[in-house]
Amino acid sequence: MSAHDPAELAAARPDFAAIAAWIPQGASVLDLGCGDGSLLRFLRDTRRVRGYGVEISDANIVACIRNNVNVIQGDLDSGLSGFETRSFDYVILSQTLQATRHTEALVQEILRVGRAGIVSFPNFGYWKNRLNILRGYMPVSKELPYQWYDTPNVHLCTLHDFEDFCATQKVQILDRRVMSGGSEVTLLPNLFGSTAVYRFQRGI
Amino acid sequence: MSGSIGIVSAQRAIFDTPLTFRSGKVLPRYELVYETYGELNADQSNAILVCHALSGNHHVAGLYADDPKNIGWWDNMVGPGKPVDTDRFFVIGLNNLGGCHGSSGPSSIDAQTGKPYGASFPVVTVEDWVESQARLADLLGIKQFAAVMGGSLGGMQAMQWALSFPERVRHVLAIAAAPHLTAENIAFNDVARNAILSDPDFHGGDFYQHGMVPTRGLRLARMLGHITYLSDDAMADKFGRSLRSGKLGFTYDIEFEIESYLRYQGDKFAAHFDANTYLLMTKALDYFDPAREFNGNLDKAFAAARADFLVLSFTTDWRFSPGRSREIVQSLLHNHRNVSYAEISSTHGHDSFLMQQDHYHEVMRAYLDRIGGEISA
Repeated sequence: MSAHDPAELAAARPDFAAIAAWIPQGASVLDLGCGDGSLLRFLRDTRRVRGYGVEISDANIVACIRNNVNVIQGDLDSGLSGFETRSFDYVILSQTLQATRHTEALVQEILRVGRAGIVSFPNFGYWKNRLNILRGYMPVSKELPYQWYDTPNVHLCTLHDFEDFCATQKVQILDRRVMSGGSEVTLLPNLFGSTAVYRFQRGI
Repeated sequence: MSGSIGIVSAQRAIFDTPLTFRSGKVLPRYELVYETYGELNADQSNAILVCHALSGNHHVAGLYADDPKNIGWWDNMVGPGKPVDTDRFFVIGLNNLGGCHGSSGPSSIDAQTGKPYGASFPVVTVEDWVESQARLADLLGIKQFAAVMGGSLGGMQAMQWALSFPERVRHVLAIAAAPHLTAENIAFNDVARNAILSDPDFHGGDFYQHGMVPTRGLRLARMLGHITYLSDDAMADKFGRSLRSGKLGFTYDIEFEIESYLRYQGDKFAAHFDANTYLLMTKALDYFDPAREFNGNLDKAFAAARADFLVLSFTTDWRFSPGRSREIVQSLLHNHRNVSYAEISSTHGHDSFLMQQDHYHEVMRAYLDRIGGEISA
């Protein structure tokens, strides 16, 4: 099987499958911090989306082009001024929220450019992370693979943090999926979930 | 393995169908010189047109048997195993109309008068070039290009292809280009033109009959242009404030290394390039503005496009800055075109598009591999 077989990717990245489940066929999608373009490719193959990625790293630009997805090189922290208001059905921020500098402004920009937004992020409240802290160390795991000194993650949060943040930002949460090791977590998600995915829109 | 395409030779196409220029002028007959590399496949789906910039020509890659030092201007990009892989693509380079490397231009003989066209050669626009290139494609049996590509003015032609002949180009690669020149850019071109126009040897463009060449003007024009194609950093790195003799001479002779370099570049250029062609090329740059007929709305101009786009810019290019490329990208996004954009870190200013640089060539290779993947073998 190829590295981009949709079934294989869905198994390897449960957040991809969760995101795809929310995206209607043929939707337009902007993926911020799209990495090597795997998610966009997955959404194109499974949901026939018309998609674009935004990415800053040179190596990922080449990877996206090789993955046959549209990619625009740019820095999310300098805003989405190149994108028209309401020009996408969904704007996705997959495993990138925690690495953005101007997080508040970016979430507002997501809801300007997109009719709805989707974010996924590693849950800092996951019990293993808490255990690491209790032991006196910064957590290092599959979801948080960096050492404290080389991490790009400057805005880590828990599910509670993110939900409080949405309330203050007038962001209405539409759906939430919390996962750990590929399976869904319903019991005490802020403790037992390692990754969270939210679908949201502008609140009133 | 990547290597040179090796020995190449130019060909000549003669067109007897009159060409009406955007200015309204008509050329009843004209010639285009071109080179091709690689083989056109059975369904003619693997053709790539490479458009040249201000001082370029049809000699894109390879070398000539009788002039082995004359290596094509984009030989690092085009050849077997190179990003534009001639084992896979059929690549065409031509000398644009108005040029001075063999295609009909001001320095070629007007059959009606028996004298060089000189000042009477029509002012050529990017649209006129694309029209003439399409006629060359017809002649070669190419209904649709896999890609049209170019840097700078060449990138403008590539974009114009998507607007003039949307169904005839699948991919446009616009490198170090702009949707139109800024006032500052036109100003540079005008100073260059004035250097030529005010040279007493110019004779209103008909200097050929006087047995003269406006070398001084052309040399100055090139020196000015050359400065704008480099970056401050690149010049500082290469020349700094180095003095040729190591000390101040208190004269107006060549003292700084940069002066020596610029004069050398100016002399080299003026010795082989035609002053009228330089005027025409800068004017074509100034006039290019597809948004003009849409009240300046570039989104509307790109509405006609059907191609997929790769847009590239270089960080230190201040003549065609990354911001100008982003304008192109935005309009393509607004038109829901497939587009990818990369901003290449480079110290070489506008000239970067001609340089061998790993990441730049990786991006090109990745995109061209994608194009190659769509082509039947």
